[in-house]
Amino acid sequence: MAASSERSPPPFPDSEEPELLEDSDDGADAFTGTSISEMDSLSPDTTGPPKDIFNDPPEDIFSDPLSDINSEPQKNVKMPSPGSDEAVDLFSDPLDDEADVISSPEVQNPVPDLLNEPVEAPKSDVIVEAPRDASSMPVHKNAIAPRQQGIFEDPPKGSSKGSTANKAESAELFGDDDDDDDEEDEEEEDLFKEPLKGMTKNPQPSAASGPPVNVFTEVKVKPQVKDDPMDLFTEEAVTAPAAKPSASSSSRTNGVHSEEQDIFSEATVELSLDSPHNDRKKKDVVKPSVSAPAAPVASSSSKPPSKTLEELEEEESEDKFDLNISVTNPEKVGDGMNAYMAYKVSTQTSLTMFRSKTFTVRRRFSDFLGLYEKLSEKHSQNGYIIPPPPEKSILGMTKVKVGKEDPSSAEFVERRRAALERYLQRVVCHPSLLQDPDVREFLEKEELPRAVGTQALSGAGFLKMLNKATDAVSKMTIKMNEQDVWFDEKIQDVENEEQQLRKLHVMVESLVNHRKELSGNTAVFAKSVAMLGSSEDNTALSRALSQLAEVEDRIEQLHQDQASNDFFTFSELLADYIRLLGAVRGCFDQRMKAWQRWQDAENMLQKKREAEAKLLWANKPDKLQQAKDEITEWEAKVTQFERDFDRISATVQKDVIRFDKEKARDFKRQIVKYLESLLHSQQQLIKYWEAFLPEAKAIA
Amino acid sequence: MEGSSAEAELSVSASSIRITDLTQDGDILTFAIASQKLNSSVGVCVFRAYEDFDWLQQSLFSQENVPGIQGIIFPPLPPKALPSQSNMQAKTLKQLGFLALGKDWQGYCKALEFYLQQVATHPTLCKCKALDSFLINSESPGKQRGRKGILNRLSQAVEEMRKESHKDVDNFFQNERNKNTNIAALSKVATEKLLDVVMTEQKLALACGHFSTSLHLCVNQDDAAAVAFSKVCLKLSDIIEAVKRNFEKVATNNLTTLGLGLDLESRNQEAEKEMLFRRTCKLIELETVKKSTEKAKANKREVMEAFQKAVEKEFNLISSVGKQEIERFNNSRVNVLKNFLIDWCEQQLNAAKEYAELYSQHLEACRNMYSE
Repeated sequence: MAASSERSPPPFPDSEEPELLEDSDDGADAFTGTSISEMDSLSPDTTGPPKDIFNDPPEDIFSDPLSDINSEPQKNVKMPSPGSDEAVDLFSDPLDDEADVISSPEVQNPVPDLLNEPVEAPKSDVIVEAPRDASSMPVHKNAIAPRQQGIFEDPPKGSSKGSTANKAESAELFGDDDDDDDEEDEEEEDLFKEPLKGMTKNPQPSAASGPPVNVFTEVKVKPQVKDDPMDLFTEEAVTAPAAKPSASSSSRTNGVHSEEQDIFSEATVELSLDSPHNDRKKKDVVKPSVSAPAAPVASSSSKPPSKTLEELEEEESEDKFDLNISVTNPEKVGDGMNAYMAYKVSTQTSLTMFRSKTFTVRRRFSDFLGLYEKLSEKHSQNGYIIPPPPEKSILGMTKVKVGKEDPSSAEFVERRRAALERYLQRVVCHPSLLQDPDVREFLEKEELPRAVGTQALSGAGFLKMLNKATDAVSKMTIKMNEQDVWFDEKIQDVENEEQQLRKLHVMVESLVNHRKELSGNTAVFAKSVAMLGSSEDNTALSRALSQLAEVEDRIEQLHQDQASNDFFTFSELLADYIRLLGAVRGCFDQRMKAWQRWQDAENMLQKKREAEAKLLWANKPDKLQQAKDEITEWEAKVTQFERDFDRISATVQKDVIRFDKEKARDFKRQIVKYLESLLHSQQQLIKYWEAFLPEAKAIA
Repeated sequence: MEGSSAEAELSVSASSIRITDLTQDGDILTFAIASQKLNSSVGVCVFRAYEDFDWLQQSLFSQENVPGIQGIIFPPLPPKALPSQSNMQAKTLKQLGFLALGKDWQGYCKALEFYLQQVATHPTLCKCKALDSFLINSESPGKQRGRKGILNRLSQAVEEMRKESHKDVDNFFQNERNKNTNIAALSKVATEKLLDVVMTEQKLALACGHFSTSLHLCVNQDDAAAVAFSKVCLKLSDIIEAVKRNFEKVATNNLTTLGLGLDLESRNQEAEKEMLFRRTCKLIELETVKKSTEKAKANKREVMEAFQKAVEKEFNLISSVGKQEIERFNNSRVNVLKNFLIDWCEQQLNAAKEYAELYSQHLEACRNMYSE
């Protein structure tokens, strides 16, 4: 069962996700939109039918309140697909808990708005039936058994899907989910091997047998489960971490699983915080050790899911990739003005979407730019925030090319290297971009076709200028009356923020410059103290002075280090984010363009309708048919564009929220880094002074 | 002053002299000088303007009943501060160096205080009546003598160029002169450099302040992510504020200890140089007298020889006083420098420890933010 995406469509509350994870083979598609449908088709297994069912839903989902959709697909799915059976199975565990839980208000609270209608009915069923299952705790194992079957069936599905789909499509989400499933499967295997084997085959094909009954009830429960995601999560969490060891060894895993584990463990914690149920006990029993380490991470994101947006945000915070990219060894290739810098791009990952765990390629600067061009060509109209690469610097590069070994060009190279590294890290941090074949190619492929267009004299910059100009023009012409309060505020926010960051950047620059100045002055002072010491008659004083000169020399080094620390932790960070905010605005512009298309179509439709009315009035039946055709055509277009707009709005919103989260985390990380460096230099200072004090006291 | 009563002992204890307060009225700075009577706990407080200090210095220069007074190294009086010309900050800074820095002329007061203590502890100068009246009389001493000193210095400066390089007859003094020229120049440079460092530190503190303030502008409470980001910004603002205070502290420490010390050192060296120069002038005078005595005709010879003897005697007196003074001066100089260095080192060490502690607290808090 391809559990559905971690990042499901915006409005989905956290709680739904877990559920999605379960039924998702089918339902998952719905959430990721178009790409998903492709994914589905790739997997030939049982899931086939359910997917079809969902192919349509995706679009609806985006336009309608999502909650409805969720509930619907599930219902549909339940019966036809074995996949659903599995899902059911999965839920059986939760049910036990749920039985308890259902009565508790917490459970209902989180998502009441979204799920109310659809859920209500099923819930009632659940309440009745669940107890039955739940009545005997031991039964719960039985319940798992069916699920095992499902799972067992799944693995092939999951793996095949995972491998093919992952590569083919950007639905990394699915891959993940598959993994989960796999893991769960495996775990299940471990746990239940013997009993399951017997049961496995039976229940699935024939849903009528004993277990199936459970299954059915459970199916109904599903929606209910949404309401009470915690249980689900805990359940998963319990299983997932356990699966880890086994999964890692197995060849089946799809690569993203380690990340998955994180996600789950986080989920676990979150839930356990919110609802201290007996599930927790279970969890603890099963694998306390695994879930524990993840606790601190997860706790940051644990907030009661009261608002859809917040939930979305939370879900965003859960993606962490086991993917380490470093850009190292800048090296000048060639001579003269044709010289260029090549960088070593090393990747370390346990994601199985890559061919090996570690690999290294050499890339030149224009390759990085080329990657950006490709990505923005493909994805910017979807509303993704595509991290921009560092800008070309003719001045800096010319210096390097002319190639004296002077410190400023070394600094330039180091600065660019670090910027490229951050750029790549941001790209792979984006869940959708990571799945892009070009990204993988960039990281993995030995030889890359030379990126063209970027090497024309600062071509990127020029293009950007052009784009900016056209954007400005369209901005002036398009007067969008913003319906969505969120976007209205966010656009304002982003602009304000950009202003503020620019200001901050200026401040930090001056800070860095002052630091450098300080380090220079300290060096000069050290020198003059040394001279003073050398011409001093009093030996003790002379000695102390030359010691002092040494201390000052070291302090100078500290200042210098701190200056570059300031620079790399803050100045570059701010510069990055100023550029990133530009990209965010680009997304808003894309959305506006989509809106414009929609409005244009709307206007056109209006015109056509008027024309039809005129024709009717004029009584010209011969042209009437054509007019009607046109109207239907334009109606279709309007719906299409409206959907596009809604889709892009959803994507942009999701991405911006992801971006904000990422930003806060990034800044936090940098601050910790900065503090560490501050602390370190302060400790060095203490050492220096402590060493000097006796010298001073020794002066007779 | 120049009366025979100049031999009176100083009636206050030298180490108790403090400049306790400062009032500023336009261009005129008035210093409150407190001291304690010897053998009693009675405190004396007088108010003096810079002109009074200058008068004191001139009185010290012009004592007539002190043999070999020209061999004395007079404690250096800091140059006059002109507070109203704050728009000419750069100029004051150039003129006064460290003394112009620091809040409310603290550095300047410290330097004046140090000057008074140096005078009061000087074995010869402390007997001067002028000092006693400066420290005790509630009325301000006369100002009429101010001019003379300035003229003195000017003429000295002109002659200096000519006579500086005159070869000495005494190796000790020749060495001392070489060393003095050397160290005076070097300590002056070192003082200037340290001043640069302190200025940069203050600039940094200022920049940190701006940075920290503008971080507050990034606060936005719109949604959860914004709140999280705002928290981060505020935290960073706190941290930068701490960094700022750290810089201020370090700058102040530099200023009040090593800065003042180096400044004093360089002015002391200047004072020594002046003494050596006065001696050199005497030497030159003696040599000219000797020459003219040889050339003199018989009838004038006797007068000339008597004159030469007088000059020679004076020169020898100056030399012997100068030798003692140099020894005393070197000892006290090293001592003073040592105290400043120790003070400085301790203060910096404390500051470093204090801020290391603060930073580690911040770090702890930041790390906890992850798990909030």
